[in-house]
Amino acid sequence: MTDMSYTTSTSGKGVGKIALRWGLYIMLGLFALFYLMPLFVMLTTSLKSLEEIRTGDLISLPREVTLDAWRTAWSGACTGIQCEGVRPYFWNSVLIAIPAVMISTLIGALNGYVVAQWRFKGANLFFALMLFGCFIPFQVVLLPMARMLGLMGLAGTIPGLIFVHVIYGLGFTTLFFRNYYVSIPAELTKAAKVDGAGFFRVFWSIFLPLSLPIIVVTVIWQFTQIWNDFLFGVSFSQAGTQPVTVALNNIVNSTTGVKAYNVDMAAAIIAALPTLLVYVVAGKYFVRGLTAGSVKG
Amino acid sequence: MAPILEINNLFKNYGSTEILKDINVAIEHGDFLVLVGPSGCGKSTLLNCIAGLEPITSGKMAIDGQDMTKVSPKDRDIAMVFQSYALYPTMTVAKNITFGMKVRGIDQATQDEKLAYVAQQLQIEPLLKRKPGQLSGGQRQRVAMGRALVRDPKLFLFDEPLSNLDAKLRVEMRTEIKALHQRLGASMVYVTHDQIEAMTLATKIVVLKGGIIQQIGTPAEIYNRPANLFVADFMGSPAMNLIPAKTRSNGNGIEIEIARKNHDPIVLTDTQNKDLPENVILGVRPEDIADAAHSRVDKTQEADCVIDIVEPAGADTFAVMQLGGKHVTARLHSETSATAGTKQRLAFDLAKVSYFEPETGLRLN
Repeated sequence: MTDMSYTTSTSGKGVGKIALRWGLYIMLGLFALFYLMPLFVMLTTSLKSLEEIRTGDLISLPREVTLDAWRTAWSGACTGIQCEGVRPYFWNSVLIAIPAVMISTLIGALNGYVVAQWRFKGANLFFALMLFGCFIPFQVVLLPMARMLGLMGLAGTIPGLIFVHVIYGLGFTTLFFRNYYVSIPAELTKAAKVDGAGFFRVFWSIFLPLSLPIIVVTVIWQFTQIWNDFLFGVSFSQAGTQPVTVALNNIVNSTTGVKAYNVDMAAAIIAALPTLLVYVVAGKYFVRGLTAGSVKG
Repeated sequence: MAPILEINNLFKNYGSTEILKDINVAIEHGDFLVLVGPSGCGKSTLLNCIAGLEPITSGKMAIDGQDMTKVSPKDRDIAMVFQSYALYPTMTVAKNITFGMKVRGIDQATQDEKLAYVAQQLQIEPLLKRKPGQLSGGQRQRVAMGRALVRDPKLFLFDEPLSNLDAKLRVEMRTEIKALHQRLGASMVYVTHDQIEAMTLATKIVVLKGGIIQQIGTPAEIYNRPANLFVADFMGSPAMNLIPAKTRSNGNGIEIEIARKNHDPIVLTDTQNKDLPENVILGVRPEDIADAAHSRVDKTQEADCVIDIVEPAGADTFAVMQLGGKHVTARLHSETSATAGTKQRLAFDLAKVSYFEPETGLRLN
């Protein structure tokens, strides 16, 4: 009798454990589906013809797959009076994002290196002020920045937008690099100084080679911020220099007559693709870089 | 020849906190100077000041006769070994060792030659292609030494280089550093909190406490004639017995009376000293209290003492008793008959005795 009850109770426990595990999986699966739903709708809609969208169901699969909407979105959709699709604006975004990411990451790395390893009088205050920059709402700086860009002769240009993004990225990039470098033992810098290395030599030969994880984090962060930015893009650009986010808005909002949902969806996916790609390629470093940091030397 | 290192009236403050106060030290070529003291005494700060990694608040410092007070570390012709080794984590052992030469633009052939020589000296040839992360603590230690040796500087600086090693390896490396010093005849400054390291390695010891030099001297001077109670207590293991005692002059010296609970006081005679104040702290090393049976000391310097604890330590046996209200340790022969709770006849050798003023802690004789 006792043996029997003992067996039942353990197997009962086992079943409970498995049920719990499966319950968890199912719940997580449902959450994933829920979050993937909009993407699914976007993707299927972008592959349907307008005819089918009007007659069919929002979440049904396309009866006939067509890439027409993608073609139009890329090179034919009208943004106001021009009908060139998102292509030119996509390249504008590339021209803005890549230099802005590179410059802000590099300067952030140098800033972080100084604040963490070459302490100077007022270093803490300097860092606190840099941090403060992370919390300034962008709307507040629109007018002063417009004036600044005007004075610098950069209003409405791509270099102007790069400048704005570099300035507003520095708070974050400095924070990232500072927190990473602060965990690197100060003795490393001291050893290099005794070895005869100067400020840049130490940075270049010792700190940069250690920085891959945090560079990846910063690049992902900055690229996402800059690529997805709309406010600066719409405020500080003019006809030929608008980034893809602004173009997307114009395509969606300035159509007349029938709303081409499939084109809108395709354009939106195109606009989102690069950030998605960056996450997929470098995503695993993102988590690693945020948690890692201590260097055992 | 000018002293290899000369420090005059060095002060170092962090804000309003004084870290180092009026440091004056000079060492000759080939000296091995050890800075020793408890943690927070300023010894590592002093080393960083010598290296130029910390600016000094006031004072002067010269290396080999040249004023280095405001010279940057790279131009001081020094090499330093750090407590954490501070190996460059992304570079191989070979690159770690040659980094300094590379920075200084020394040609590749010379670099290779010096690297090979140092690697052979330290027996790290098989490790040259590895990264620091793949090395054990002892191996990292060797590489850090290699990085310093390859530079052939005027002055070597060591910042507690052995404190991250396990006990056995520490003793091995200690011997190796000593051998290295003898072989190279180089001048070294070495920071440690371990008084045994200080005693074994140094040709000259500086004992620091609270940023103030307590005593400078050879290991023997520091051990035999500590300048104050702090040095007496800090240097030596087990520590020197510091026993409150009363003195009175008699014909040919002084009589020392040590009070005991429930027993008559012990009275000893010291013929080498005179004119001491009535109340003193008597400093006796454990090895100067021995079994009467094994001692060569005059019979009058013997007393029966009740042993509280017996600690056999292999070569010696330590016996602890209560004298003058303090625990007093005697270093007895390993085959002593002493047992806990019983009386033992002990002889007190006062040849190297120290007397300290109880209030100021300063040495009296």
